[in-house]
Amino acid sequence: MYLKGENISFGYRKDDLILNNVDISLGSGEVLGLVGDSGSGKSTLCKILAGYEKNYQGSVSIDGKKIPSNTYNPVQLIFQHPEKAVNPRWKIKDILNEGHVVSQDVLNSFGIKKSWLDRWPNELSGGELQRFALARALSPETKFLIADEITTMVDAITQVQIWESILDIAERLNIGILVVSHEKNLLKKVCHEVVYLSRINNAGLYNELAFRDMQNASLSGMVPE
Amino acid sequence: MSVEMAMNNDDREGSEALLKVKDLSLSFFQYTSGLRQTELKIISNMSLEAYSGEVLAVVGSSGSGKSLLAHAILGILPSNSRLSGSMEYKGQSLTPEKKEELRGKEIALIPQSTTYLDPLMKVSEQVMGSSEKKDKEVMRKRQTEIFQRYNLKAAVGRMLPHELSGGMARRVLVSTALMSSAKLIIADEPTPGLDERSLDETLKYFKDMAKKGCAVILITHDIEAALKISDRIAIFYAGTILEEARIEDFRNDGEDLRHPYTRALWNALPQNRFQAIKGHQPMQDELNGGCVYFERCSIRTEHCSKDIPQLKRISGGLVRCNNVS
Repeated sequence: MYLKGENISFGYRKDDLILNNVDISLGSGEVLGLVGDSGSGKSTLCKILAGYEKNYQGSVSIDGKKIPSNTYNPVQLIFQHPEKAVNPRWKIKDILNEGHVVSQDVLNSFGIKKSWLDRWPNELSGGELQRFALARALSPETKFLIADEITTMVDAITQVQIWESILDIAERLNIGILVVSHEKNLLKKVCHEVVYLSRINNAGLYNELAFRDMQNASLSGMVPE
Repeated sequence: MSVEMAMNNDDREGSEALLKVKDLSLSFFQYTSGLRQTELKIISNMSLEAYSGEVLAVVGSSGSGKSLLAHAILGILPSNSRLSGSMEYKGQSLTPEKKEELRGKEIALIPQSTTYLDPLMKVSEQVMGSSEKKDKEVMRKRQTEIFQRYNLKAAVGRMLPHELSGGMARRVLVSTALMSSAKLIIADEPTPGLDERSLDETLKYFKDMAKKGCAVILITHDIEAALKISDRIAIFYAGTILEEARIEDFRNDGEDLRHPYTRALWNALPQNRFQAIKGHQPMQDELNGGCVYFERCSIRTEHCSKDIPQLKRISGGLVRCNNVS
């Protein structure tokens, strides 16, 4: 199964495009890294792939079919700040089970404690809250996970814990993951492959995704100095 | 100023810290149900010293309350908070009046969130507005220069905050501090969302500010960023500082580090072992009066669960642990 974005262009103004003819493809079970300069449109691309941003040109499809908008979206997006992705007036257990009842199996692999479920979001740290955001997004119907800087705000130990859980579940459910991060060392550890989204140049000509195999090229060589 | 400029790590001994924080504790009062209130402890017995010419990093996970340290120093805490302990700036007690007088002038904050920007004001106006009222032309020139240095196009100055990308907003926030002539700079999470080039550049500016004689406190969860430019790193965990280490202590398997948590943090980095320890940081209602790291500690003894270890000086650093010497 492949999630494909083809010829994607997007801009807030007509004469100022953020993305211009970007192609990206993510397979089931694949862990693909996405790097790029600040402002190159990584987060915008994530939102487009996950169906949050509708006003774009080009197409997003799974195995050639358009992703239906009236049912559970198999492409789930996780944001950098979990506190902005949850309802502050709901208890954690309601937030967690809003879409589907999250299985005990998933809760266990994220190390989620029962005693946390009765808390309010502001009573948990960012790292704990991010585990909930991930657990609720990893339903059996999820086929692709877009992780936009999801461990940027947590400490190094929590980062390892979270990634171990995600990779474990993704492998079991054969989920494809797009990992957006600035941290090259992290990408080296978790991704099979990394792509580079270049900043659109001033002439607005084109944007290209350079594919490199992690085995053959060092990541530091990929990012132009 | 010239005295401060001449100072560096080596001849710091005997000189006064620009900012001294001693036994700072901070808690919030919250209404739970009806008129019942509870006290939520965020920071307990925290001490640190910032020296001119040095970068001190305070590293801790997000949501652990370390930003409130910055707010406490600046005196911008909400009214339901209670602060105890002492703070001194240039040897004088930092009273609320003094804080109000100094902030934005001698003490500058680079805030964490881009929501600190006014959503209805053009970016360039906000950046200029942060400094003293001088000749407007000079300020504008300076703002243009700083924007160029940060690779922000002139058009960015005319944008509103919601039009900025995360990294651009971050650079705008850093620009505001560069405009002022502060002696103490507190940068609260200035790095997330920056690509490597902007990150290195931002960090370099903090280092430069320190070289020019400023004291810089870098509050961050990003230990790697801290390692790049800091002179000392304080490890913040569950409301207090577990260790203050010199930069050169972070190497190899972390054998020079004093606290088991610092060592675990070091070994969890992706470029090191990418190895996690079990458990999570205790929340305030999970603390039982003993060492805050008790639950996860590999070298704990029975004594550790009884009371909080004192901060002690070991081989040029500070550590809050009973079982290291």
